[in-house]
Amino acid sequence: MTPPRARLLLASLLAVASLLTLVAGGAGAAAPVNEDAVREIAAQLRCVVCQNLSVADSPSETANQMRGIIRERLAAGDTPEQVMAYFVEKYGLWILLSPPKQGFNLLVWVVPFAGLGLGLAVVAVLLRRWSRRTAVPAAEAPAVDEAMRQRIRREMAELDR
Amino acid sequence: MSAGRVRWAIPLAVVPLLFLLAYGFRTDPREIPSPLVGKPAAPFTLTTFDGEPISLESLRGKVVVLNFWASWCYPACYEEAPVLERGWREYRDRSVMLVGINIQDKEEPARKFLQQFGHTFPNAPDPQGRVSVDYGVYGVPETFFIDRAGRVRAKHVGAVTEQIFRAQVERLATEPG
Repeated sequence: MTPPRARLLLASLLAVASLLTLVAGGAGAAAPVNEDAVREIAAQLRCVVCQNLSVADSPSETANQMRGIIRERLAAGDTPEQVMAYFVEKYGLWILLSPPKQGFNLLVWVVPFAGLGLGLAVVAVLLRRWSRRTAVPAAEAPAVDEAMRQRIRREMAELDR
Repeated sequence: MSAGRVRWAIPLAVVPLLFLLAYGFRTDPREIPSPLVGKPAAPFTLTTFDGEPISLESLRGKVVVLNFWASWCYPACYEEAPVLERGWREYRDRSVMLVGINIQDKEEPARKFLQQFGHTFPNAPDPQGRVSVDYGVYGVPETFFIDRAGRVRAKHVGAVTEQIFRAQVERLATEPG
């Protein structure tokens, strides 16, 4: 192989390689964003113009635009966490439908379960106490003296006749 | 047992609940504190209804009032429109810029709105809603007051009154750049 031919081969190889990366890169950028990923993020964001609806569920124009922005950011290579962080930066934690499980907000997650546990414990203690109290008089009830026993025997005999 | 002695205290259990309800009913669920106050205003480049490009970058050094509106936003946007135009005419010579951003709207009614009020300050549509999300806008009207250094200094939700406009702009306009 003569040097000029080798150079030509190298050049054409390089050209093919760069064309391939260009195509691959282009395909990567143009690849449709996974709609499930868009939905998953949108479902965690509060629709700003409605009350108690997520961006995924709202048919409003704003929610539609926000879904568009999510799609755009994912297409640009943002991770779902980065997309969420962007919305939090602009709207504050208010935009999240569920408060993050940290700091003061942890209370929201812990208190209901703690309350449920406490309630169950109280019920268990009370139930045990009540069942014990009814059991005690039942055990003491058959305290019958000799006179009463004779009267019962007499009346039973009366019945049998 | 001491149950009989504490029984009278049971109704007291509603007291913290009452406090919670009193607090809850007094807060407005629509009032959202903006995390953007004190932060640099998000840059934007839009094309006005007159076809002129407008960007925040080009307004650096000026006090910028950014007003988000829509033609269907009645009555608040209609109430504040004359206030904004008057404020603009009063302060335009003191290096104050007023920019209207039309969001969640259609072009025709938006143009009609501008014509109706004879707005002379630049107004631009935000068709993809990018600028409104960048500013954490959740409804119209919302107005942002940006200082000469490009920082969001105040956000007003609802119709701007003459008093609010003057107080905010005066404060920022008299600040040294």
